[in-house]
Amino acid sequence: MSLQQIFFLVVSAVIVASAVMVVSARRMMHAALWLITSLFGVAIIFALLQAGFFAVIQVVVYIGAIAILIIFAVMLTRRSLEDPGGQLIRYWWLAALAGLGVFVALVGVLSQWSGFGASLPALSTQAPPGEVSQLGLALVSPDAYVLPFEVASVLLLVALVGAIAIAWDRKPPKG
Amino acid sequence: MIINFLSDPVHFIAHWLEGLLLGLGLSPSLVGFLLSLLGAIVIALGSMMFVIFLIWYERKLIGRLQDRYGPNRVGPYGLIQPIADMLKIFTKEYITPAGADKVPYNLAPVLAVASVLMIWAVIPFAKGIAGVDLNVGVLYLIAAGAFGTLGIMLAGWSSNNKYALLGAFRVVALMISYEVPMVMSLLIPVLLSGSMGMGSIVEAQAHGYWFLFVSPLAALIFFITSVAEVGRAPFDLIEAESEIVAGFNIEYSGLKFGMFYVAEFLHAFTVSLLFATIFLGGWQGPWAEDIPILGFIYYLIKTWAVYFIGIWMRGSLPRFRIDQMMDLNWKVLTPAGLVIVIVTALGAKLLEPAPLLVRGGVLLASNLVVGWMAIEILQVFARKKRRELQSFEGRYIQRNASLE
Repeated sequence: MSLQQIFFLVVSAVIVASAVMVVSARRMMHAALWLITSLFGVAIIFALLQAGFFAVIQVVVYIGAIAILIIFAVMLTRRSLEDPGGQLIRYWWLAALAGLGVFVALVGVLSQWSGFGASLPALSTQAPPGEVSQLGLALVSPDAYVLPFEVASVLLLVALVGAIAIAWDRKPPKG
Repeated sequence: MIINFLSDPVHFIAHWLEGLLLGLGLSPSLVGFLLSLLGAIVIALGSMMFVIFLIWYERKLIGRLQDRYGPNRVGPYGLIQPIADMLKIFTKEYITPAGADKVPYNLAPVLAVASVLMIWAVIPFAKGIAGVDLNVGVLYLIAAGAFGTLGIMLAGWSSNNKYALLGAFRVVALMISYEVPMVMSLLIPVLLSGSMGMGSIVEAQAHGYWFLFVSPLAALIFFITSVAEVGRAPFDLIEAESEIVAGFNIEYSGLKFGMFYVAEFLHAFTVSLLFATIFLGGWQGPWAEDIPILGFIYYLIKTWAVYFIGIWMRGSLPRFRIDQMMDLNWKVLTPAGLVIVIVTALGAKLLEPAPLLVRGGVLLASNLVVGWMAIEILQVFARKKRRELQSFEGRYIQRNASLE
């Protein structure tokens, strides 16, 4: 086993364990912190795959924006969102079975894929130095992803306008 | 040999160590790993040690600005004062407040320092001397900032103190909003150099083609937002002593408080380093290509000038209210940033074949025009506001007169 594989296994174990902690932590704040650990682990996986851009974007978007907004929302609500009740429902084993089934099916499908056993160097030698600019070109070129990109932009714009409309401070009519 | 050492000590020592370790029979990959580790430790420790001097410098300068002496008792010119303070803080007791959430409480100071030290990994100190030249360096800076915000939020929330929580709210409001114009101002150097790597941004500013001259408006926006990200005066409402006691770090004592303190000073210096890298050409200067140590000296001088202006601002400007801070961000900096990004993108694309001087001149002129228009628009709004207030005042006086 190479050093990279060991690193990957350790990071994946951390991701899965902290993802379990997200749903099992009793304090909302702790759940949010475990979520950050999990998301950061995914960023490390991206870095391991030599996708530096995605690693950094993962941190900027998920930790810098989404996780912080979640924590902000938790901070603004009750003092410490704690749930003392039971954490399992009656048919938890059914859900566990379904989850396991999906996992087995995914592994089964993925093991049929040709890239399943490929090692990293085979990918990295082909990667040109200007990977970020290639991504940028792909986002605006008509044969690639310009339509999804524009749709996402419009969606974000609508969300932005909607947020401003909701938060608008309507002054009472004069008189 | 001596000349080599004097002109490029880092590479010289690295080569020597590499030879030594290889001579001991270690494998090349292990030697590479050990050298990187050593470099990381030297950068981290060096920057932390440097803070001791920064604290003295800043206290002395603030003292002078406020017509006092500053530290002047321990050692010549009070130079030993921060070391005495540091030794004192080592001996202080750690107090954890009742009801504090232990793990986040202890994690927060570590995150605060780590987020600043992370930035030092991508700073090019001289030609060919940088921790790592990431091709997404600029984005990496923003990501590192996110960890700082996280640390401060954890500190505020886990201390179980309402002032700490209020301080944390203010920090998050400040940092999240000022990140928007900061990212936009960082887009300009990326546009002009065609790369997000710090090394290539410095390379693109050769022969005095500093981005400060090409896009002074972006430089100004970056400077203001970086001061805000550090959270110092005039943006020190996050730890306003007269309003919320000390903000997010109120419950911390001993070295844990010391870490927040170090993080703040180090962050203030680090953003000066970044400004010098991104807008003042980093290590660029006469003969810096051949003699790396000269580049390092230029870099320090530029950084020091920016840092001085930061302290000058801190010593002379009063604190913003939170609504003024938000107004400045969302009504001035963000629209200005948007306009300048569009103008620069158009200008840089249209003038791509033109010589460097023409391109720089046109971009500079467009910056000045946008800046002038921003000031004019602000003046129109200010006049309108003033008229409203005056008419309101007039009505008030009339009504009082009629009541009499």
